[in-house]
Amino acid sequence: MTRGTAADAGLTGPGAAEDTAAPGPGAVRRGGRFVRSRKLRKTAELSILLGPALVLFLGFVIAPIVIGAYYSLYNWDGLGPLTHFTGVHNYKIAFSDPAFVQAIEHTLLLTGLSLLIQGPLAIGIALLLNRDFRGRSFMRLVIFAPYVLPPAVTAVMWSLLLQPGGLVDEVMKSAGLGGLVQLWLANVHVVLYSVFAVLTWQYLGFGIILLLAGLQGIPAELKEAAAIDGATPWQTTRRVTLPLLGPTIRIWVFITVIGSLQVFDVIWLMTQGGPAGASDSMATYMYRTGFQNQAFSYGTAIAIIMFLFCFAFSLVYQRFALRRDTAGALTGAVG
Amino acid sequence: MHRKRVVLGVAVAAAAATVLAACSSSGSSSTSSNSTSSSGKVTLSWWNNANTQPLLGVFTNIIKQFEAAHPNVTIHNVPMQNELFKTKVTPALRGNSPPDIFQQWGSGQQATQVQSGKLADISSDVSPWIGSLGTPATEWQTNGKWYGVPYDLHVVGFWYRKDLFQQAGISSPPTTIAQLESDDATLRAHGITPITVGSKDGWPDAFWWEYFAVRECSQSTITQAMSGVSLSAPCFTKASADLDAFMKTNPFQTGFLGTPAQSVPNSSVALLANGKAAMELQGDWDPGAGAGLTSDKNLFSKLGWFPFPSVPGGAGDPKAVLGGGDGYSCTTGASEPACAEFLQFLTTPAVQKQIIGAGVGLPANPAADSDLTVSAEQDAAAANSAAPYIAEYFDIALPTTPGQNLDNAVAKWFASPEPTGSAIISSVSAP
Repeated sequence: MTRGTAADAGLTGPGAAEDTAAPGPGAVRRGGRFVRSRKLRKTAELSILLGPALVLFLGFVIAPIVIGAYYSLYNWDGLGPLTHFTGVHNYKIAFSDPAFVQAIEHTLLLTGLSLLIQGPLAIGIALLLNRDFRGRSFMRLVIFAPYVLPPAVTAVMWSLLLQPGGLVDEVMKSAGLGGLVQLWLANVHVVLYSVFAVLTWQYLGFGIILLLAGLQGIPAELKEAAAIDGATPWQTTRRVTLPLLGPTIRIWVFITVIGSLQVFDVIWLMTQGGPAGASDSMATYMYRTGFQNQAFSYGTAIAIIMFLFCFAFSLVYQRFALRRDTAGALTGAVG
Repeated sequence: MHRKRVVLGVAVAAAAATVLAACSSSGSSSTSSNSTSSSGKVTLSWWNNANTQPLLGVFTNIIKQFEAAHPNVTIHNVPMQNELFKTKVTPALRGNSPPDIFQQWGSGQQATQVQSGKLADISSDVSPWIGSLGTPATEWQTNGKWYGVPYDLHVVGFWYRKDLFQQAGISSPPTTIAQLESDDATLRAHGITPITVGSKDGWPDAFWWEYFAVRECSQSTITQAMSGVSLSAPCFTKASADLDAFMKTNPFQTGFLGTPAQSVPNSSVALLANGKAAMELQGDWDPGAGAGLTSDKNLFSKLGWFPFPSVPGGAGDPKAVLGGGDGYSCTTGASEPACAEFLQFLTTPAVQKQIIGAGVGLPANPAADSDLTVSAEQDAAAANSAAPYIAEYFDIALPTTPGQNLDNAVAKWFASPEPTGSAIISSVSAP
C-alpha cells in the first residue's frame, strides 16, 4: 500500500496526515500528488547525482577497509586461499614487536614536531609575506617552490646534499660549524631529525600558502579600526589577526596531522626507515612487512592500525576543534 | 517507495556499468590475453626487469629474432623496474590474468609462488636441452619439476681497484680474512677507504653475513638450513661472531649505514667506480652498475676480482660461492610449447652473447663464457664454474617472508653488531 492509495481512499491516519497540508479530500489528493512528485524528483536527483559517487566510495573506500580488516585476521601469504584463521594474532604480534612500537613513536614524534615547529614558522612567515614589500611575489614563489617538487625529487636531492662530505657538511665547515657535522642519514640518533628537517623544507610552503589565503580573507577594516583605537601592531596581530585566522590554522593542523601519520615517500626514498629502523614510520614499516616481506595479512593488520589512528584523530578533532568552524555551514543550510 | 527503489537501482546499475566498463577496458589493454586464437596466433606477455638500456634494446632485438623464427608468436614486452617485482608478482599470480612469462629468481621464492598453482610445469618441454646449462639451472627446479629457466647467472665476490692496491703497495689480493684485515689497515694508512658497502639497501649487508656463513657451515648444513627454514646450527652463530670481529677493524666507508647500493652518485658502487674506495663485496653486475656513475672510461681495466677469503677453521669449502641468477617462469595460461621455446631461445649461445654483451651477468649457458668482455668478469665466471657448489642468496633460497626478514635483520644488526647474532638467527622464524 502506498501513501497515495491511502489518501485516495480518504483514510485518515498518520500515513494520510503526512501528505496533507490542505483540509479537503480533493486538496489532499492534488496536494499528495504534488508533494509526491516533488519528493520523487528530489529522490531521483539525489540518486542520480550521488549514486555514482556513492558506489565508487563504497566500492573503493569502504569495501577495501572492511575486506582489509577481514584479511588481517588470517595468516596469509598472498597466494593461497584464506584458510589459516588466527584471530587478532597479527595485532598482538604488531604491538609486541619493538620495531613497530618504535615506528609508532617515530610517527607521533614527527607529528608533534610538525605541529610545534612547522606551525609557528608557517604563521610567522605568512604574516611577514602578507605585508607590502618589494619582491613579495617572488618571495612567495620561492617559499612555495619546495612544495611543488615531487617528494621523490626532494628525497633524492637531500640524500645527495646530506651524504658524508656532501654540500651540507661543506657549508657547515666553511661557516665554522664543522663541529656540528653529523652522519645525517647514517647515525641512528640523528636520522629521524634529518628526515624531519627535509619534511619541513618540503611542506612548510603548503602551510604558508594556506595561511596566506586565510589572511587575505581578514577584512582590512578590522585592523584599521584596531589601529584607530590605539592598538599596537603586536596587539592587532594577537587580538585581531590570529583569532580570525583560527579556522585556517585548525584546518592546517588537521591536514598536517593526517599527513604526518601517513608519511612514507620521503622517508622511504631517503633511508628506507633505516638504519636499524631508526627512521621507520608506521607506513614504511607497513610497506616493508606487507609488500617486501610478503606477509600480506600482517601488513594489512598494520594498515588497519594506521587507519584507526587516523580515524580516531579525525573523529575527535572534528568533534572538538572543527565543529565550530563547520557548524554554520553544515547546519545552517538545512531546513 | 517502489519507484524510488527502481530509480536508485537504475542509478546504481549505471554507475556500476561505468565502473565495470572502465575496469574491463583498462584490463584488456594492459594485460594480454594468453589464449590461442582460431588462426593459431599466439601472444605472450613478458614481464622482465630490463627497463633501462642497454638490456632493453637487446631484449627488443631478441623479440624480433624470435618472432621472425616463430611467425605465429607475438611477444608483448612489459619491462618494469626491478624492485617492483617484489610487490607486483604475488598479486598478479593471485589474480586471473597473470603475465605469461615473468622474472623468476628460482629456489625458495619460486617454491612459494608454485603454491599459487599458476606456474606452469615445463619439465617435459625443457628436459631435452636443460642439462647443457649445468647445475646452476637446478635452482629453477621445485620438487624435482622445472618451473623456470635462467638466462644469466650471478656470483658474489670482491671487486677491487688494482690501481689503489698498487698505490698502497699490495701486490696480490688477500686469500684469508687475516690478510684482508691487514690489507685494510695498509689501505687506511695510505688514506684510502678499504671497503665500500651499500647498507641502506640491506641486501649488500646480507652478502657479508651469508658469505661468512658459507665459509663457516658445510654445504649440507646450508642446504638443510634453507629447506628447513632454520639457522639454529652453531656455525651460523659463528658467522655473526666472525663478522662482528671483522667489523671492529673499521673496514667500511664513513656513514656506510646511509649509503645506497647502486643507481645514484652517492652509492657504494659509485665510490668504487670513482676510486674513493678500494673494494666492494658485490655481484658480477658491479662493473656495469659502476660504469654509468663515473666518467672514467678505463674503469673496466682498473677492476679486478677475487673470491671471498677463507675463514680459518670453517667447515665450508673455501671455493664455494654465493650467487644466483635471473630467469623466467611461464604461467599456466601461457601457450605451450611457444613459452618454453622462448625460454630455450634465450639460452642459445647466439642470444646469450647479446644478453651478456649488455653487462648484466654471467651467461647461463657456459658455452658463452668466452664472450665476457671485462677480464675480471671472466675471473668471476671461472670461479663460478669451478665452485664445488653454489650457495643461492639466502633471501632467494628461503621462502619469501623469512628471506626478507633475514635481510632486514642483518641490516639492523649492521647498525649495532654483536657476536651472537641472535636477532639474525631468530629472524627467519618471525611472522
